[in-house]
Amino acid sequence: MTLYAALGAISQGLVYALMALGVYLTFRVLDFPDLTVDGSLPLGAAVAAVMITKGINPFVTLPVAFAAGMAAGFVTAFLSTNLKILNLLASILTMIALYSINIRIMGRPNIPFINEVTIFDYFPWITKLIVSIGIPGRYANIALSLVIFLIVVICIKFVLDFFLHTDLGLAMRATGDNESMIRAQGVNTHFTIMLGVALSNGLVALCGALVAQDQGLADVTMGVGTIVAGLASVIIGEALFGEMTVFRATLGVIVGSVIYRLAIAFALSLRIGDFVISPSDLKLITAMLVVFALMFPEIRSRIKIGVLKRWGDGK
Amino acid sequence: MIKIRNLRKTFNIDSVNENLAIDKVDLNIKKSDFITVIGSNGAGKSTLLNLIAGVYPPNSGKIVIDGLDVTPLKEHSRAKFIGRVFQDPMMGTAASMTIEENFSMAHSRGKMRGLKIGVNKKKRELFRSHLKLLGLGLEDRLKDKVGLLSGGQRQSLTLLMATLNEPKVLLLDEHTAALDPKTAQQVMEITKMIVTKYKLTTIMVTHNMTQALAIGNRLIMMHQGKIILDAKGADRDKLTVDALLNEFQKVRGSLTDKSLLSINTVTPKC
Repeated sequence: MTLYAALGAISQGLVYALMALGVYLTFRVLDFPDLTVDGSLPLGAAVAAVMITKGINPFVTLPVAFAAGMAAGFVTAFLSTNLKILNLLASILTMIALYSINIRIMGRPNIPFINEVTIFDYFPWITKLIVSIGIPGRYANIALSLVIFLIVVICIKFVLDFFLHTDLGLAMRATGDNESMIRAQGVNTHFTIMLGVALSNGLVALCGALVAQDQGLADVTMGVGTIVAGLASVIIGEALFGEMTVFRATLGVIVGSVIYRLAIAFALSLRIGDFVISPSDLKLITAMLVVFALMFPEIRSRIKIGVLKRWGDGK
Repeated sequence: MIKIRNLRKTFNIDSVNENLAIDKVDLNIKKSDFITVIGSNGAGKSTLLNLIAGVYPPNSGKIVIDGLDVTPLKEHSRAKFIGRVFQDPMMGTAASMTIEENFSMAHSRGKMRGLKIGVNKKKRELFRSHLKLLGLGLEDRLKDKVGLLSGGQRQSLTLLMATLNEPKVLLLDEHTAALDPKTAQQVMEITKMIVTKYKLTTIMVTHNMTQALAIGNRLIMMHQGKIILDAKGADRDKLTVDALLNEFQKVRGSLTDKSLLSINTVTPKC
């Protein structure tokens, strides 16, 4: 793996960590499996691309993308809580609907805007700083995205950590842990679920808007497999950092996301004889990775039980 | 304090599993009354508590707490008047969260939950002083996850959380039934202490007749959704376990008569 590929992977890992934090919020905090993210990622990208090509300040696209994502999340949560549709199915319905909506927003399946002004054009001083500390010029662009994504993701992490320790955040965590308990404590769990799923998708759409600006392209298919990548990041993070506190869990998600992208970049650079892994194989690899990670605790306990049994019989 | 009028609840209405759980119940509860509710399985004891708590709406009738008709209110809106402890020790607390976080959520019951930090120094001191009442050493474990505690500890914690804001009514649904006898005894002692301390209006469901007689100032026996015995004052003090068992026998007899009758009324149709 070249240095360029590694830097690229780290920068990707940091920006997609925003999405993974969203997935953490639904899957782990709320215990609400939410596949809407496959649609809300390109939603954020579409909103950003359309606004930028219309000449609107690229920073303005970020809160708008966040709000659009929140709306998508709200729809999923509404279907699930008020209309009593199974949460997984509700999220799939919103995801499918978003495919059409995203094409409507863009007017076509994709918008390239590589020559437009994006948020990355506003920080020439960071680029200067990067070059001045001796990093070769050809890495300057990728290092710039890396630095910006790092700042964004750290800020969001701390805001999220704080939020999950407020009265409202505690109520949201308890909703995922023990819904009847927190209802008995006077919390409207429909509201906490709606807010949580909306915030989660807001983060995912924000991630989409940043990715689109980084790549200069919004594409309706860019969200395929988002949920699996997000889950992989969450699970890798848990394996490394445990889930003892919110602070560690969110840190784990970010590190997990970076490791996931590095692992993918590494896999792409592999050559086994004549066999080369192509980018289209990545979904398969990710799916297998997640299956393995999900099975891991079960396998471990089975092996233990098996050993104990044999030991018991032998006696 | 609490007025229950003509309360009726049928589950699975218009289906083969139709089940009349509460049948025209009327009940007046005075402030600081401690009522114990006994009855066989399916008598409607838990349903009565759940109706008061608003877990589901009644089919007819109304419930008034302290002058306010709460019948149209949802569970979470009633929670500010009501403290609850469930039979399952796992149900009253959030296992993945710490003791102080659980306490903080109970502390916010009936208040707006905003973006203020959930646990601060002041609250922590308050929680610690409350936990000391239990004498279980939990005041030194504020940052431990509740999932690490034993069933009895969790139930005591739930009890403390339910009474933290001095609710207008405390509902205890067989809250010691899932504990071993010694722990159950302990939790019962704590219950007595807290209820006496705050003079709480309490309704306690139990299967244990000795327990039902040992605590409280009023005893209600339910059968097939109806209140069949309501003893208070001197009558209540005269009651013995044998007398209660006798009452049970009586309704068991009537049950067979009734079911025979219902079979008779159905057969001609066939």
